[in-house]
Amino acid sequence: MEHIRTTKVEQVKLLDRFSTSNKALTGTLYLTATHLLFIDSHQKETWILHHHIASVEKLALTTSGCPLVIQCKNFRIVHFIVPRERDCHDIYNSLLQLSKQAKYEDLYAFSYNPKQNDSERLRGWQLIDLAEEYKRMGVPNSNWQLSDANREYKICETYPRELYVPRIASKPIIVGSSKFRSKGRFPVLSYYHREKEAAVCRCSQPLSGFSARCLEDEHLLQAISKANPVNRYMYVMDTRPKHRMQSWWATQKDIGRIIVRISSKIWNDEKIRESHEQKRLNAMANRAAGKGYENEDNYSNIRFQFVGIENIHVMRSSLQKLLEVNGTKGLSVNDFYSGLESSGWLRHIKAVMDAAIFLTKAIMIENASVLVHCSDGWDRTSQVCSLGSLLLDSFYRTIRGFMVLIEKDWISFGHKFSERCGHLDSDPKEVSPVFTQFLECVWHLTEQFPQAFEFNEAFLLQIHEHIYSCQFGNFLGNCQKEREELKLKEKTYSLWPFLLDDQKKYLNPLYSPKSQAVAVLEPNTVSFNFKFWRNMYHQFDRTLHPRQSVFNIIMNMNEQNKQLENDIKDLESKIKQHKNKQTDGVLTKELLHSVRPESPTLKTSLCFKEQTLLPVNDALRTIEGSNPADNRDVSSVGKGLVQAPSRPRHRQLAPRQAQ
Amino acid sequence: MMFFFLFSVSGNASNPEFKKKKNSECLLRLRHEGLLNSCPAGVASCPASSCPFRSPRSPRLKLLESALLLGPRPTAGGMEFSELIRTGRAQAELLRGPGAPPLRGTLCVTGHHLLLSPGPQATSDLWLLLLRSVDSIEKRVAGDSGTITLRCKDLRVLQLDIEGVEATLDIARSIEALSSLESVITSFPFFYRPKGLRLGDAWHFHPPEHYYKRVARETNAWRLSEVNEDFSVCPSYPRAVIVPRAVDDDALARSARFRQGGRFPVLSYHHAPSGTVLLRSSQPLTGPQKRRCAEDEELLRAVLAGARPGARGFIVDTRSAQAAKQARMTGGGTEAKAAYPGWKRLHRPMERGRPLQESFVRLVEACGDLEQSMDRWLSRLEGCRWLAHVKEALSTACLAAQGMEREGACILVHGAEGTDSTLLVTSLAQLILDPLSRTMTGFQELVEREWIQAGHPFQLRCAHSAFSHARPKHEAPTFLLFLDCVWQLGRQFPLSLEFGEGLLLALFEHAYASPFGTFLCNSEKERCLCEVRTRTHSLWSGLNQPKEQRKLRNPLYVLNPLAIWPSVEPQSLRLWQGLFLRWTRPPEPSEAAWEKVWQIVTDKEKTEGSQPTVSASEPQP
Repeated sequence: MEHIRTTKVEQVKLLDRFSTSNKALTGTLYLTATHLLFIDSHQKETWILHHHIASVEKLALTTSGCPLVIQCKNFRIVHFIVPRERDCHDIYNSLLQLSKQAKYEDLYAFSYNPKQNDSERLRGWQLIDLAEEYKRMGVPNSNWQLSDANREYKICETYPRELYVPRIASKPIIVGSSKFRSKGRFPVLSYYHREKEAAVCRCSQPLSGFSARCLEDEHLLQAISKANPVNRYMYVMDTRPKHRMQSWWATQKDIGRIIVRISSKIWNDEKIRESHEQKRLNAMANRAAGKGYENEDNYSNIRFQFVGIENIHVMRSSLQKLLEVNGTKGLSVNDFYSGLESSGWLRHIKAVMDAAIFLTKAIMIENASVLVHCSDGWDRTSQVCSLGSLLLDSFYRTIRGFMVLIEKDWISFGHKFSERCGHLDSDPKEVSPVFTQFLECVWHLTEQFPQAFEFNEAFLLQIHEHIYSCQFGNFLGNCQKEREELKLKEKTYSLWPFLLDDQKKYLNPLYSPKSQAVAVLEPNTVSFNFKFWRNMYHQFDRTLHPRQSVFNIIMNMNEQNKQLENDIKDLESKIKQHKNKQTDGVLTKELLHSVRPESPTLKTSLCFKEQTLLPVNDALRTIEGSNPADNRDVSSVGKGLVQAPSRPRHRQLAPRQAQ
Repeated sequence: MMFFFLFSVSGNASNPEFKKKKNSECLLRLRHEGLLNSCPAGVASCPASSCPFRSPRSPRLKLLESALLLGPRPTAGGMEFSELIRTGRAQAELLRGPGAPPLRGTLCVTGHHLLLSPGPQATSDLWLLLLRSVDSIEKRVAGDSGTITLRCKDLRVLQLDIEGVEATLDIARSIEALSSLESVITSFPFFYRPKGLRLGDAWHFHPPEHYYKRVARETNAWRLSEVNEDFSVCPSYPRAVIVPRAVDDDALARSARFRQGGRFPVLSYHHAPSGTVLLRSSQPLTGPQKRRCAEDEELLRAVLAGARPGARGFIVDTRSAQAAKQARMTGGGTEAKAAYPGWKRLHRPMERGRPLQESFVRLVEACGDLEQSMDRWLSRLEGCRWLAHVKEALSTACLAAQGMEREGACILVHGAEGTDSTLLVTSLAQLILDPLSRTMTGFQELVEREWIQAGHPFQLRCAHSAFSHARPKHEAPTFLLFLDCVWQLGRQFPLSLEFGEGLLLALFEHAYASPFGTFLCNSEKERCLCEVRTRTHSLWSGLNQPKEQRKLRNPLYVLNPLAIWPSVEPQSLRLWQGLFLRWTRPPEPSEAAWEKVWQIVTDKEKTEGSQPTVSASEPQP
């Protein structure tokens, strides 16, 4: 609160960034402890959560006022014009402070209260049980067991407590291997394919440096390949681009000698307590460069494979470029496509997808186990493992299954959500849209297989919304250990039960589980199957979206069908009942009609309205959508297009102290 | 070179008697097997009683043909088909691209078709291809077999592996010769007699008179003029056109002399809610001397007067201001400001002709390459500029529609000839404004009225599709661009069009090669001369058969009485994958989804329908 100087500014204008006419909405801007709120003259509210704000920019003063441009992490961009510069400056300063918190305890999740008691909260957190999930996969079994090596986070701080490893891998082997792997992230099970008895494992890069070896690590990999009774060889997928690793090797040979020479000096400074000279040198080399990959000669039965996914920095600047291009007003088709090309974004998406397909093929066709790693094994590795599991297992394509997948491969295995999403005011170089890419890959799959997923696009968007919102505890922190220290389960709420409660909004009406029950998805990654995801990157630019939604109407029809069928059943059973009870059975008309008072008027009720296409304005959404009655493109206002009906909102989710 | 081979004599195939015998033998066998009656879906069904496989021989036909030859190559047209067929049949294997299993059997070339009859043990149907739909052919010989690659006008690529070098070359030559015949009245529609359809069934579905009835109900400022009864005033207009009531036929004829090709301003659409009109014409022939024409000026004045007092007008010129100025040098030009008070000129340059065709060719090329990297694909998509043309067309149409609906102004659209981009703009503007044109029949009427009757030269524009090696002369995919824009509208307003992608795809196919007569010739005049109306079947009656409806209709349609304003931002436009990638991607998932939508909709109707039956069966007290 100490950051808020001005809580209310009147006569503020809100500009639409894609409208060609310069019509603006005038309204009042409120600043609350958690939200920025704009209420226009039609009483339409726009809520912006402080945590969603990526950047605030104050532009040069104009005749109509002081422009304030706010860019959000969920790709909303708002352009306010504040009449007085003083107010603008106050708000600007407040937002700068409020959008960047230094401590976890200041995040929204710790103050958010959805009116649940403690037992409900606890049940919410227990909704997703990973032990249950491993049981579903079929582990532990004769080849895989639960290891207690990391029970106290002693071996690896960024891994969860429960880890599954090959039964024949003893604790010393695990410990030895973890010392050889970056951040101690040794190879563990991520997904077990029950039918093929093949495993997807994950780890971080080996600290092999100058062709160093680690026998324990070699043993562990051997144990993994032995745990597959069908196929003795396994794939090791390095998700980094080959050319980068090779150029690193080239320079490494030269600088290697230098490092050897200076290493003894550093040795004394750093006081590394390792006896073996060779190991010491390796640690040095890796500290210097931090890279390495398995040497096929040292490991028996492995097939090494690079798949080229770029690092977090490349991805960050790629998205940056993409957003710059898209934000251009009056963009021409050619500029759009050349921008799309030069940003490289779709190329990166394709690379992730290709990697997941490689993994799937290795398991399905060759029946081989796969070990996936990148550098630290928490970004690209998570992408590939989770996407591969999604292709392999139809369970993950359900709403609940998808939550489990995120809990397993992203949250529990230590994808650094807080750093990647910039929850706190920390190093901007650690921010990267890795998880967004994963969601986009899933979206591309839903486009290619419209019937394979239980959930729809809105579900993906909602999840994306909340990895940044800091409203729920799930995505706070960088690893499980940190989350436990923050006592998130006691102090915050879990997102999943809220999503499940609203399940109806996220259902895909075309989902047909029967035809897809066992099917492994085989997406086609030919270039033209990748499209720009407008509903993600322009989710708040309503003028760009289709004006009618097929999903909504089918959803409604489906629901109505079900209701009608139930009614029919109900009526039939009643008739039967009556016939049985008394042959002179009397069934009053009133009784029959009371079963379903509302007649099928649905078809007409939806047709003329401009609909909200994505259920963005529900209770969970932390912000409100922009005004739908604004301008159509080509400077024409869709006068005929009736404004969307106002939607119910749960007030308590958005505190309005400022009023 | 090809011609030489065509008429050269070689081997026993040179004996026409022998050939005929062989042909009829083959057909006899096919007929015997009952295969001719069971054609695969999607291909024209040909009952044995029709005569697509026999060469036309009636002397009357030949006479007419020589009188009406429209193509520049009289030699080919004057010949009998049998002379062009160099071999009766051969053993071949057909590869139909991803998703379809290869087909083995006897290949046979007939006057209008290529057919492949799988052996008697095979269960699959006879496979038929209209030769007219072959866009380019490529042959390759290796050892004692050959390969023919057929690229079709609907963008399909087929590969035929044929046994025997001689047979391969003969078949290739036959296809080449037969697919490029340019005579209209020996084309397949004149022989196509499908079951269940009667000649002349739908030909009077959509004449201008029909539309005039609607206009007359809304306003009496317009009349139906038959000044063009004998096509002498304007060869590319239909017999009847709708013109301002205040202007008499003489004035029209004089205005026509002032417009290129005689295309004087006529009514295209009357927007009843605002009382404004959409007109189209060709460019005025002002020339370097800046000529004027009193009757033409009077005509446009009468338009404004008829709308409402003080109404304004916009002339949307589909050329750039500079191009319009340049046109003066060759006798064309634009309306001078001073001569047409109340009218304001707007220039919206749109691509046409060869650049448009090249754009189409480049896009199809890019879509055929499955191996290209993401960057290459995106840069080719950008380089071909197709989506830029879509954007141009849609935004110009929006401008015209907006002028009418928002500004209450009358709109006259023209480019140079007024037969291409002009029609694109007027038809799209109507689709945006007029709910009736978004229905199944309304849209067919729109295509009939604004494209076919309005004189879009289909025969010239659709002579070749994207694969032809020949230098494009008059080819341009203007109509395809229109269909693409309609598809974009349908994507942005998925509930507002009564027809689905299926109809658009069918129109695309039939515009380029069709067993129906609807898209034949370049104008009403030519169609009259060829007696298209009486001697061929109409596509509309073919499409409106109940069995076709599920493919063509949009199950989710609900009448939307409002204007549909599309977004033309590049982020909102999408490549029409259903057309351009139709044959390169496996169609199953999206087709299955479509089927599911249908199922849900029909379920809904069923359950709704059964509701009353349940209550009806209730025991009465």
